[in-house]
Amino acid sequence: MSAQPLPALEGLVACPRCDALYRESPLSENMRARCPRCNTLIAAPRAGAMSRIVAFASASLILMVGGLLFPFLDLSLGAHTSHASILDVVLAFADGGTAFLSFAVAGLIVVIPAARLFAVLYVMAPLALGRPPARHATGVFRLSEALRPWAMAEVFILGVTVALVKVAGLATITIGPAFWAFVALVLIGVLQDNTMCSHTIWKTLEHRRVR
Amino acid sequence: MENAGTPPGALTARGQGLIACHRCGRVHARTARVCLRCHGPIASRDTASLQRVWAWLLAGLIAYVPANVYPMLLTSTLFERQESTILGGVVELFRHGSWGVATIVFVASIVIPVGKFLAIGWLALSLKRPRVISEHAQHRLLEVVEFVGRWSMIDVFVVAILASLVRFDAVATINPGIAAVSFALSVAFTMLSALSFDSRLIWDE
Repeated sequence: MSAQPLPALEGLVACPRCDALYRESPLSENMRARCPRCNTLIAAPRAGAMSRIVAFASASLILMVGGLLFPFLDLSLGAHTSHASILDVVLAFADGGTAFLSFAVAGLIVVIPAARLFAVLYVMAPLALGRPPARHATGVFRLSEALRPWAMAEVFILGVTVALVKVAGLATITIGPAFWAFVALVLIGVLQDNTMCSHTIWKTLEHRRVR
Repeated sequence: MENAGTPPGALTARGQGLIACHRCGRVHARTARVCLRCHGPIASRDTASLQRVWAWLLAGLIAYVPANVYPMLLTSTLFERQESTILGGVVELFRHGSWGVATIVFVASIVIPVGKFLAIGWLALSLKRPRVISEHAQHRLLEVVEFVGRWSMIDVFVVAILASLVRFDAVATINPGIAAVSFALSVAFTMLSALSFDSRLIWDE
């Protein structure tokens, strides 16, 4: 058996998308590291990112609660008026053969986005305070990253816009505060994604973990 | 190669006998099975990747058929009952002159799903054949497919909003059609297909 000298693994980083191997060099804040081979964004640390992410996620959670409680859309046709809250939208499929879709829609626009916000708060709040990570923070963050494609608040808002244009000619629409709460939620989500560098978070989680 | 910074035989974790985590980029010795940084399972290459890609793609393709055949929306007014399919809804929007919205729905419900089927299928087939386009172009195509897939869900949300909003008993009511279920399933299956694709396979020699 020949004992091959292992390279110092600590200083190495591989592109998660194309497996290209690099020696990691310290990155100052507001710089971005891209994989030279496939151009994937590998790291983009931002000054004060941890506390900003906590702020964004808390704001989004409050907006989410507002979005669920306040009126979403009203539609009036002559003497008739109908009200739709987010809950009504979720329950639109509840009858008959489409019941399964109610769960899917609830998941995509409420449950998964909210779960991701809770997860981000749970993982980031201790880190922002300079503490060791919370219990199971690693698993929680991994789940949160895996759920990323399935949180569809922004797709939903575009869907609302399309639906409103469809009925605009036929009836009068009143847009409620819940709609604007969701729009704000989507915009904050964009800011949060731009601030969040998962590479930095993974490394911080690893280094601060109590061994 | 004129492309600076991309030597043709770039060092890879696998080339160096190492295993990299596809989530967090942490590099491990060959024997590692679990990532020390993010604690997820790791493998040099996802060997079952293509099987899952084809399986989900086929499921998505099958679900896309009833999504187009059966009605997406059931509209009933005082005088008539109308069922509209995905394509029928788009045509109707064009007739009303709502070009912008018609284009959004057409792109999200027809162009993107069909484009995804073709793109994923072609990418999976092209791995074992001589290259027609560069790794860079293949990689970019996969990224576009991953980014764009979730936007297909628009039509499902449109149906949900219309059905929850237009409820004027006898005067006008909109109900969701069964196609909404198969369309949502088709979108989810093709998203899973794209997510199963191990992008590192594109770059292997």
